[in-house]
Amino acid sequence: MTELFNPRDWSGQPGYIAPDYKSTPLRGPTKPLIPLPQTLSELTGPVYGQESVTGQDADLTRNGRRNGEPLGERIIVAGRVLDEDGRPVPNTLLEIWQANAAGRYIHQTDQHDAPIDPNFFGGGRCVTNADGAYRFMSVKPGAYPWPNHHNAWRPNHIHFSLFGPSFVTRLVTQMYFPGDPLLALDPIFLATPAETRDLLIAQFSLDLTEPNYALGYAFDIVLRGRTATPMEA
Amino acid sequence: MTKLRQTPSQTVGPYFAYGLSPEQYGYQQNLTSIAGSQMAEGDVEGERIRVEGRVFDGAGNPISDALIEVWQADSLGRYAHPADPRGSNNTFKGFGRCGTGTDPRNRFWFDTIKPGQVAPGQAPHLNVIVTMRGMLLHAFTRIYFSDETANATDKVLAAVPAERRGTLIATHQGGNVYRFDIHMQGDDETVFFDA
Ligand SMILES: [Fe+2]
Repeated sequence: MTELFNPRDWSGQPGYIAPDYKSTPLRGPTKPLIPLPQTLSELTGPVYGQESVTGQDADLTRNGRRNGEPLGERIIVAGRVLDEDGRPVPNTLLEIWQANAAGRYIHQTDQHDAPIDPNFFGGGRCVTNADGAYRFMSVKPGAYPWPNHHNAWRPNHIHFSLFGPSFVTRLVTQMYFPGDPLLALDPIFLATPAETRDLLIAQFSLDLTEPNYALGYAFDIVLRGRTATPMEA
Repeated sequence: MTKLRQTPSQTVGPYFAYGLSPEQYGYQQNLTSIAGSQMAEGDVEGERIRVEGRVFDGAGNPISDALIEVWQADSLGRYAHPADPRGSNNTFKGFGRCGTGTDPRNRFWFDTIKPGQVAPGQAPHLNVIVTMRGMLLHAFTRIYFSDETANATDKVLAAVPAERRGTLIATHQGGNVYRFDIHMQGDDETVFFDA
């Protein structure tokens, strides 16, 4: 017996084609997926632990400084990475990227007419500890317009990328903020089934908030868990 | 016990590059890349190969904001991961990452080594994640090699309808170059897996 990873929870995931998100109809696969038995190729995956993180990688208020502090509302985003059984996923890499407080990305192709912050980069990473816990410092990202439809604005969000214990546990997602009126209008958020949408929204946390310094947001992430099943050769 | 639900996936969007592939896109002064196109450094054992290709949308246009990730075994078919009981005794990590936004023709490329056979009967392959703006969740595929006789006995290839099998096979271009184009849709839509 080997522990295999549970399947993707298709009923809780957005589909490949979501017509209101207008880039999907020409980019999502249309033919049925072919079932892939989990072999060693799927049960293993890239290993990036503490050695892949240095200095201020997890502090976005510092890793882009040139001549001062970045502008914006300081935030702490922290939580745990768990599997479906609530077990912590230790020593796994989280990579994040986000717009600055004005809603502008440092990426060369972002043409939104909002200011670049010379002291904010917007990318960072950290590794979970033995309890699956992680913590980032940043500034709250601004909303920004995008060309999907007339007057389309993305809600405030931080992009997250995780590996987890194997190639099949990889997750790329976005974290949203509570109470954002743009969520109800966002085709990307709304492409997620209603029953799992809330899992994408961080909770304001006074416990994580640091007095006189930064607001705290709690965001736990759940990756595919495992079940003991005979492994296919 | 009630199970927790998996966090839903969301698109990687158009601006992933400086967070996930900073060196490739020129942001190395702020952040180093954990992985890139150069997968096999210096003295790693194995046959040097380049795998390159483009990603096409349903209208046949090359995609300039896709991210391709590969995961592979070393030249002896061993994965650098604790679940591989054979372990790996070299420095080959086996992970590569390349965006399609820096090449003028929107190619991705990996300079790596040819993976060995992971288990008897299996054909050498790269495990691939395809994602991009316009995909709400990533897709899994595999890259096999046109010059491997073991393709004939590989169970994963055998489970793919014969007329679509070719979409998983990189073609030898001469020298050490293999070409693997990814078609998101259309008659030659690449086979994607439910892994
Ligand atoms: Fe974004």
